Amino acid sequence: MYAFDIERPGTIADAVAALAKSDENQPLAGGQTLIPTLKQRLAAPETLVSLGGISEIQGICQDDAGRVCIGAGTTHADVAAGAGAYPALASLANNIGDPAVRNRGTIGGSLANNDPSACYPAGALGSGATIVTNAREIAADDYFQGMFETALDAGEIITEVKFPVPEAANYQKFEQPASRFALVGVFVAKFAGGVRVAVTGASEGGVFRWSEAETALSGNFSASALDGLSLPADGMINDLHGSGAYRAHLVGVMTRRAVEAA
Amino acid sequence: MPKDGGIGASSKRREDVRFLTGNGNYTDDINMRGQAYVHFLRSDVAHGTLKSVDTKAAEGMPGVLRVFTGADFAEVGGLPCGWQVTDRHGEPMQEPGHPVLAQGKVRHVGDPIAAVVAESREQARDAAEAIEVDIDELPAVMDMKAALADGSTKVHDDLTSNLCYDWGFVEENKDAVDAAIKSAAHVTTLELKNNRLVPNAMEPRVAVGDYNRSTDDSTLYTTSQNPHVIRLLMGAFVLGIPEHKLRVVAPDVGGGFGSKIYHYAEEAFCTFAAKALNRPVKWTCSRSEAFISDAHGRDHVTKIELALDADNNFTAVRTETYANMGAYLSTFAPSIPTWLHGTLMAGNYKTPVIYVNVKAVFTNTVPVDAYRGAGRPEATYQLERVIDKAARELGVDPIALRRQNFVTEFPYATPVAVEYDTGDYNATMDKLLEMADMSGFEARLAESKKNGKLRGLGVNCYIEACGIAPSNLVGQLGARAGLYESATVRVNATGGITVMTGSHSHGQGHETAFPQVVADMLGIDESMIEIEHGDTDKAPMGMGTYGSRSIAVGGSAMVRATEKIIAKTKKIAAHLMEASEADIELKDGQFNVAGTDKSVAWGDVTLAAYVPHNYPLEEIEPGLEETAFYDPANFTYPAGAYACEVEVDPDTGKVTIERFAAADDFGNVINPMIVSGQVHGGLAQGIGQALLENAAYDENGQLLSASYMDYAMPRADDVPFYSVDHSCQTPCTHNPLGVKGCGEAGAIGSPPAVVNAVVDALQRAGHDVTHIDMPVSPSRVWAAMQG
Amino acid sequence: MAQVSMTVNGKPASGEIEGRTLLVDFIRENLNLTGTHVGCDTSQCGACVVHVDGKAVKACTMFAAEAEGAEVTTIEGMAADDGTLNPVQQAFQDHHGLQCGFCTPGMVMSASALLAENPKPSEAEIRDYLEGNICRCTGYHNIVKAILAASGQDVSNIAAE
Repeated sequence: MYAFDIERPGTIADAVAALAKSDENQPLAGGQTLIPTLKQRLAAPETLVSLGGISEIQGICQDDAGRVCIGAGTTHADVAAGAGAYPALASLANNIGDPAVRNRGTIGGSLANNDPSACYPAGALGSGATIVTNAREIAADDYFQGMFETALDAGEIITEVKFPVPEAANYQKFEQPASRFALVGVFVAKFAGGVRVAVTGASEGGVFRWSEAETALSGNFSASALDGLSLPADGMINDLHGSGAYRAHLVGVMTRRAVEAA
Repeated sequence: MPKDGGIGASSKRREDVRFLTGNGNYTDDINMRGQAYVHFLRSDVAHGTLKSVDTKAAEGMPGVLRVFTGADFAEVGGLPCGWQVTDRHGEPMQEPGHPVLAQGKVRHVGDPIAAVVAESREQARDAAEAIEVDIDELPAVMDMKAALADGSTKVHDDLTSNLCYDWGFVEENKDAVDAAIKSAAHVTTLELKNNRLVPNAMEPRVAVGDYNRSTDDSTLYTTSQNPHVIRLLMGAFVLGIPEHKLRVVAPDVGGGFGSKIYHYAEEAFCTFAAKALNRPVKWTCSRSEAFISDAHGRDHVTKIELALDADNNFTAVRTETYANMGAYLSTFAPSIPTWLHGTLMAGNYKTPVIYVNVKAVFTNTVPVDAYRGAGRPEATYQLERVIDKAARELGVDPIALRRQNFVTEFPYATPVAVEYDTGDYNATMDKLLEMADMSGFEARLAESKKNGKLRGLGVNCYIEACGIAPSNLVGQLGARAGLYESATVRVNATGGITVMTGSHSHGQGHETAFPQVVADMLGIDESMIEIEHGDTDKAPMGMGTYGSRSIAVGGSAMVRATEKIIAKTKKIAAHLMEASEADIELKDGQFNVAGTDKSVAWGDVTLAAYVPHNYPLEEIEPGLEETAFYDPANFTYPAGAYACEVEVDPDTGKVTIERFAAADDFGNVINPMIVSGQVHGGLAQGIGQALLENAAYDENGQLLSASYMDYAMPRADDVPFYSVDHSCQTPCTHNPLGVKGCGEAGAIGSPPAVVNAVVDALQRAGHDVTHIDMPVSPSRVWAAMQG
Repeated sequence: MAQVSMTVNGKPASGEIEGRTLLVDFIRENLNLTGTHVGCDTSQCGACVVHVDGKAVKACTMFAAEAEGAEVTTIEGMAADDGTLNPVQQAFQDHHGLQCGFCTPGMVMSASALLAENPKPSEAEIRDYLEGNICRCTGYHNIVKAILAASGQDVSNIAAE
């Protein structure tokens, strides 16, 4: 790692101020992706602003609209244990990484990083969640902008994520055998107003919504509604672990399984 | 009843206590006063001409003590290769130089170009980034067959081609094999790849060099399976340090699997730099660095043909293999595809004629050498896959086809130059079928079908040659070293014993199993015996641990030394009891005079040896310490039968190992608990090769699976509880313990069982799939099912 | 350089660190507790697992500065003061759940964390929980068996040898 300082502010306001001091400053959430990146010397921050000591972004509650609101600094383990009001989300959190990673990694860190194979982006986009930052609220549909790209501005910090709770939902992950990240992960959520289907791991463009499946499932929420539907292999990730065609196929399989399990 | 001590007892491992409490002493736990740190600048391109290496800026960086480049090693030897193979035409293999730091060219991603020694790790790394390297990139030589084509770019410009050797075995049999295949009733042909693997011992390599200017002594602490071999290779061939001025210590070592046999550049560097700087110099390999600097394993491309007569008797085997050597010849690399592979092509079968052709090829990849099994997994995989394919083509039961062709009379001289001393392949197969609950398979198949899954069963046999090795034989085959083992048994005055062995334990449990043997021989408690290993200043010159040799060769040396102790103590006891030496019996730690009630205790005799007041000084010397060197008369030949049952998810192609049974014949067993553990570990590595692991390069020579993010290591949920058995025992006929080796069997026997099972599952479901290359990953299985 | 203070194995521990000092480096190099190992650099092998405030974490993927004020337990803090192995450690020895010993500290720390939250885990739950701990020696058979035994479950039907 290159040398850097660590600051541990106690409030979001102080964290924002610390980040604003230099373009080279960077927030540190759970660090489960950032620290390996730093070890490879792929990032050279001047100061890491740790969000770990900010109690105002910890914890889970439900708002008046019934949304499950999760502080950005809440670990995967705490979401798994505490998001019982949204079982599909709790279950998603409980299958990220491994137990030690879940004890450090946070929802805010995952969403800010937007790894194309991460689970939370599928959960947030599939749920139509709202990403709350120190400055504004961003709809999930506007937030994810391609692999590792988000709507966040420099120095902007996610503080909370608000999840509307669907009538039924499920997340199915087919793991890449080495990293155990999603080779393909599909989050399906059935709301009164329609069904949302979000896919992670598959596309070169990062997490995306499978609109044909959403339309079909909104009319008939059963796996058979997906018969005949498929995604093109074009634009799918093609690597050591699977071709684009394989990933496209898996999206169909995982979507069916998610609908059946929802 | 299980024994509670001595040979055959599952004694708990005494070494566990320190490992379970964090008190192990691994090389990275060693820190010397005044220690400096080295960071290696490694090539990030696969092939290129080094035009310049400018270290000026780096030298001025904070904390930098010195920057070394290939020029600093111009007067120093290169890393030696320990085995020379002679080709089909009687010519020696092509043997390129292997510099400690690159000279003139870089030949694989990871090839070290320069080394910075600094006060801290991060300072060394900072400075390495400031080194300016100008490389003229050359095309990467990656595909083995293309590498041998006329006009291919050469990995080594001073060689005539990229061919290391073209080996024929047994060359005199070639025409007979060709004729047998021509006249066969049936020939089954299979083309397959044995995937390249990264050994991945959990402890990354570490080296600490130390130098004492006042005595001119050098010490190297290193993660090695064979410290004496490192001392010899590094001292004699690289740095020119005589052995009496060089000590190599391999303390607790966190797994090896072959990858810590070889003498690596980093070891020579740290020893060299410690003297140059008069400071201890430490290198700790990161896992990412390990992927591009530890020797890899396997990487064969093979075509095998099996000929059968009208009665389904095997009449000939012919193979053509391309074996990847990587960019340089690692210490034992040339022997792996030849003498550890060709000699096993008879398998458990009485095939009368066999011809093996191996073309070893240089490519711009990390050097390839022995990895658990080393050549024998490749042989077993080919043979057991082609037999399975033949059975399917012929419509016969694959188990019956194997049994029909088993070798049943021993000793058996194969047509590939080895003699199996003993074995009983029907016994292990019978045992396997019982363990695998074959009769329950149909019910399990039906259950899988009900759940929308496919199910398959794969069975195979294996035999391997281990307990390496008779020195005179391997000398004829090109080995540049002997392969005996040593032991010193030092009996202390009050009767406790320290055994110094040239074997090295890096997980095998020698500290527990070796005392069981000595305790059994002397009739004393195991706790009275302590094992020392891993330090060239303590143990006599030994060859280390690999090739499942520790108990068969190292244990035998210990037996021989203990026999000398027994002979001497009997003399002393006879003197003390004024009896005839011939009448002395040693039983339960006591010397008795046969037919009398006279006896003297073990401790009285050992004390007399060091306090020789009443002692036959005119006949024997005082003291009680004996050394033996044991050179085996033959290899040992563990063999067995394995069965794997898989479920396949037809929607995703994911294979799940549902059951795995292994029936092994290891001859006599010293510690059954440890032996089972060795098999378990081998099975996981074999299953890993079959399902998960793959060191894949792109066409530019970049390693695609260069971390655990892309190299799939077997994890706890990838494997089941195994069913293992070693009750079928045909003791080895030529070593004193009657033992065979058990360390590699699991990794040798398991890959074909897995692939046979997957093919079986797909065929049962109506897919016309006869082979899938390893790793049989979900995407490959799915692609195969698409036709 | 900054100062960090924490409690390690029940005793106060403090030292000078850089921002980039990982918890595992602080433990190994500042405190000389070398039982915690580093087996990878991508946060996967789990040889470095320790407990921070009672939870299993990878000490290679946490900065020492972030452990300010925390209660840290390493493998050296698991046995009784007189050296008696705790039930998980003892089960690993009884059932041959280790060979080279390098992954073992992380395995013991993960297994202990599992049993703290799930005192009678099933085989499948154990295998799932060990997703972040890689062992190259044992094939996991005896590790899973040892954890079942440490939780007081009957392992006599699992092949002993």
